[in-house]
Amino acid sequence: MKVESRLLVGVALFFLVTGVGYWFWSYEQSGTVMLIGAVLLGMVPGGYYLWWSQRMKPRPEDRPDGTLEEGAGVIGAFPGSSIWPFVMAMGLFSCALAAVFGLWLLAPGFAAVFFAAIGYTVESRRGGTV
Amino acid sequence: MTLLQQRPPAGAGDHPEHAEHHDEPTFIVKWLTSTDHKVIGINYMVTAIVMFYLSGVMALAMRVQLSSPSGVGMSLQTYNELFTMHGSLMLYLFAGPFAFGGLANYIVPMQVGAPDMAFPRLNAFSYWLYLTGSITMLLGFLTSTGAAAFGWVAYAPLSTSTYSPGPGADLWIISLFLTGFSAVFTGVNLVATIFYLRAPGMTMWRMPIFTWNMLVTALLILIAFPVLTAAMVFLWTDRHLGTHIYTVAGGGVPVLYQNLFWFFGHPEVYILALPYFGIATEIIPVFSRKPVFGYKGLVFATLAIAALSTGVWAHHMFTTGTVLLPFFSLLSLLIAVPTGVKFFNWIGTMWRGQISFKTPMLFCVGFLLAFLMGGLTGVMLASPPIDFATHDTYFVVAHFHQVLFGTAVFAGFAGFYFWYPKMFGRMLHDGLGKAHFWTMFVGFWLTYLPQYVLGLHGMPRRIATYPSGLGWTALNMASTVGSFIIGASFLIMLVNLWVSWRRPVPAGDNPWDGHALEWFASSPPVHHNFEKLPPIRSERPTWDFNHPDARTIPHGRHAEHELVGAGASAARGDDTTGA
Amino acid sequence: MPDPRHDAGRGRRHADDAGRRSRRRRRLAAAGAAALPLVLAGCKLPTFYGYRGRTSQAHDEFLLFAGTVIAAIVVGAITGALILWSVFRYRRRSDAIPRQFQYHIPLEIFYTAVPIVIVLVLFGFTVYTENKVDNIAPNPAVTVKVTAFQWGWRFDYTNQHVFVTGVREDNPDPVGLGGKTCVASAPTPNDCLGPALVLPTRETVRIVLVSNDVVHGFYVPQFNFNRYALPGHTNRFDFNISHSGIYRGQCNQLCGLYHSQMFFHVVALPPAQFDAWVTGTQPQPDNASLGSTGASTTGASTTGASTTGASTTGTSTTGTSTTGTSTTGASTTGTSTTGTSTTGTSTTGTSTTGTAPPTATTSS
Ligand code: HEM
Ligand SMILES: [Cu+2]
Ligand SMILES: [Cu+2]
Repeated sequence: MKVESRLLVGVALFFLVTGVGYWFWSYEQSGTVMLIGAVLLGMVPGGYYLWWSQRMKPRPEDRPDGTLEEGAGVIGAFPGSSIWPFVMAMGLFSCALAAVFGLWLLAPGFAAVFFAAIGYTVESRRGGTV
Repeated sequence: MTLLQQRPPAGAGDHPEHAEHHDEPTFIVKWLTSTDHKVIGINYMVTAIVMFYLSGVMALAMRVQLSSPSGVGMSLQTYNELFTMHGSLMLYLFAGPFAFGGLANYIVPMQVGAPDMAFPRLNAFSYWLYLTGSITMLLGFLTSTGAAAFGWVAYAPLSTSTYSPGPGADLWIISLFLTGFSAVFTGVNLVATIFYLRAPGMTMWRMPIFTWNMLVTALLILIAFPVLTAAMVFLWTDRHLGTHIYTVAGGGVPVLYQNLFWFFGHPEVYILALPYFGIATEIIPVFSRKPVFGYKGLVFATLAIAALSTGVWAHHMFTTGTVLLPFFSLLSLLIAVPTGVKFFNWIGTMWRGQISFKTPMLFCVGFLLAFLMGGLTGVMLASPPIDFATHDTYFVVAHFHQVLFGTAVFAGFAGFYFWYPKMFGRMLHDGLGKAHFWTMFVGFWLTYLPQYVLGLHGMPRRIATYPSGLGWTALNMASTVGSFIIGASFLIMLVNLWVSWRRPVPAGDNPWDGHALEWFASSPPVHHNFEKLPPIRSERPTWDFNHPDARTIPHGRHAEHELVGAGASAARGDDTTGA
Repeated sequence: MPDPRHDAGRGRRHADDAGRRSRRRRRLAAAGAAALPLVLAGCKLPTFYGYRGRTSQAHDEFLLFAGTVIAAIVVGAITGALILWSVFRYRRRSDAIPRQFQYHIPLEIFYTAVPIVIVLVLFGFTVYTENKVDNIAPNPAVTVKVTAFQWGWRFDYTNQHVFVTGVREDNPDPVGLGGKTCVASAPTPNDCLGPALVLPTRETVRIVLVSNDVVHGFYVPQFNFNRYALPGHTNRFDFNISHSGIYRGQCNQLCGLYHSQMFFHVVALPPAQFDAWVTGTQPQPDNASLGSTGASTTGASTTGASTTGASTTGTSTTGTSTTGTSTTGASTTGTSTTGTSTTGTSTTGTSTTGTAPPTATTSS
């Protein structure tokens, strides 16, 4: 986690420096706001990882001498197949097209998103770990 | 090397679902429901290549129109639609998704030794958003007022409802919503995969450069795409809800659009380039039979490029007269430094190697040469006075095609030829691949070199007709001929695909003597990728496994450490020559 | 030039030989920096397909351009040669596995540092040139307010109460060099498309650039210069034209349907002739110019700035209104690139339509 956290914190620091420099050089607002956004993007997850990296033992994938046996066990849940991403995307597609072709498309769109959300959740309960 | 360590397929016993995956559903059901990163990756690539061919046909149509001053009768409106859609398809729907959605999806989990992406269903969701986004963009052609016609950058106020009424423009905006979200989701997914699903021993500093580049690209996407989405939301509300964010009439600021767009747009250029750098960095060492030269330098160069690329957006706005020229010029020029470092690392990788010129390697050399010239003209454009003379002319068109074609097409199809055997378990014909390369290579230079001259002679971009008698006609004709040679080369690729489909030549698991983990899996890999893994003691575990006596020579401050790391593995006894 | 005091200071702080070396290097760099402009200033330089430039600003840009091209060729040749050398020299000859080296730190530092130096030098020249190109003189001899609109230009000579306007390819005001028409004095008839921006040579000309509707680009290739015409933002820049002549110009930022045809041209006249042109134009009230006299669009604006708004709005609305019919009409009218004034048919009712004769004579 150390390298990961440093990477993200580095992102934040870089944009902090650029952002400050840019502001005092140009006094241009839109660019500065966007650079601040980039600082946060690095800082938020980076801070989280940094906090963790100081409190946890390096994982087997953090250590050059990690062996495969150490990584044995459940890695995570990987459902092999699911129809719900498709349904949800079709719902979103319909909602998006509503912005062009008429608001009635929102109805099927929301319906599909709604069912897909339920389907997703139910499916997650079933598991499927690897 | 004796011990082949096994990563137990944990949970297989207690979870009957796991077994389920192996009875193959019918094709269409599989396509609709699969959450396997390999299937999704291939879906992405197939869709992206279809977009590439469509966009290429549009490009050829434009080139036909430009072959003579007054054209062949294409209407101005059609021409404007064509370059808008050509550019949008190439950038948003081909170059980005092909590498970042397709190859990264397929290869990154394998290179880090993961069974799948971290969020498989989110991954499938991303693909469907991308597909629907692509369809949305193309739908514009079917509307009565035609597709969007304001260029791939859609500058306000031209893109507002006053000047671009009609649903084509709206479809274009919506399409960027959908594909933008798709890219962000894929980005999140990749970062999570890389941070959490690496196999033991696969430290960050042992990830193959391809994976590193994809990680950095993912971060860039997370920084850039939200800004694009915001810009598009504003544009949409300007068009439909009567806000005046980009229109002077209501107190808005048109240049704000350009600022927002390019804050996305320039990182986007590197979002398109970095993955392809990664591909080249993966292929060149394999065919040179050497480790990549200056691994750490390459990682830092990638990081530097990414960081700088977010601070240079306004070099596309030098001629607006509203930006801080020295700031953006300096940062833009500085990008040349890490890019140069990459070049020398690629050369260093080939240096004293044993280079075999199979098709993927040839494409990589093509990439190096194309990108070299495109990069150098890019440095010129980073200098505002030169940009004042060449902005929005064919000089720029030639520059960005050399860069984008060099990366997305040369390096992109290098990756395609390289990983195709892994994905389908069969080879592509090498002779046909080389024919594809050489035709494309000739066509490429013939198409774009004249355009530099045209630009310097003052031919603006995005024009459907041009005055005769200014000496532009012959150069344009040459460019058109070149583009058709490129077109022909892609027919050869289709033939190649057809041949490999009808008369498959089995590839074996590791046809190129590859380096990274994906070459350790079977071709095509099984569901959840690996039945077993080799010990991971460098960024090329498969090579180490196959050539235990040809490990990378340890070097520098960490040499001792590297040896200790290697010593802990089962390969210790074989490591005598290494030191 | 290196500052001797600074030099001495450094000599004290550093070991002797290091100081000597750095001094030598700095002197070399200084010599290089001094030599480059000298080399560049000699007009023996090849053009590399660019224009040498017809304004002093353009000439400065050209020197930077040519210098950069030379540097790019050198860098490109070295890198390209290295690539091709390794490609040909290290072709696979046997199945032996080459030495598996990965790092060479000094070399890596070297090829990081050298590009940094190159880039910083380029940046130095860039800033130098940029300041000259962007420099705004305190009191220009002539100020022209250029208003871009879909799809034409209006040039207001604010102090002289004169304006010229025209849309697309149409050249309403056929002024050329030496009392001849534009077509008769331009290198090719197609250099005369669009309205004429008549400017004096050897004097500082201030252009004040705005747009009435969307973003346009004011681009004169031979001036090595383009600048966006933005709505709601005014751009100012100067030209010091060195040679009289006719220089084609064109909108180079996509601005809608007729972007391909949004031409204009600069007619650079010696100051005396320019004055004659400016003062010699027959002042005409705006509404009269809507009639169909030959030079109708070269008119005098009665109250300077205020009429600018009125009359350009008139023109630009006509411009916009053609959008409706344009998709069909455009292709046929749009293809006339030979200098004939077929545009007359589509830009109905504008003040610029009366001017067919001068361009009609030019069809080649
Ligand atoms: C077969 C090869 C190709 C040909 C013949 C071709 C041709 C063209 C032409 C004729 C234009 C319009 C130029 C203008 O009028 O300003 C254009 C624009 C463009 N092309 Fe290509 N192109 C090719 C490949 C690519 C590739 C591979 C990419 C990117 C990955 C790409 C990206 C673009 C972009 C971004 C634009 C600008 C669109 C705009 O002005 O809004 N092209 N291309
Ligand atoms: Cu850029
Ligand atoms: Cu234009």
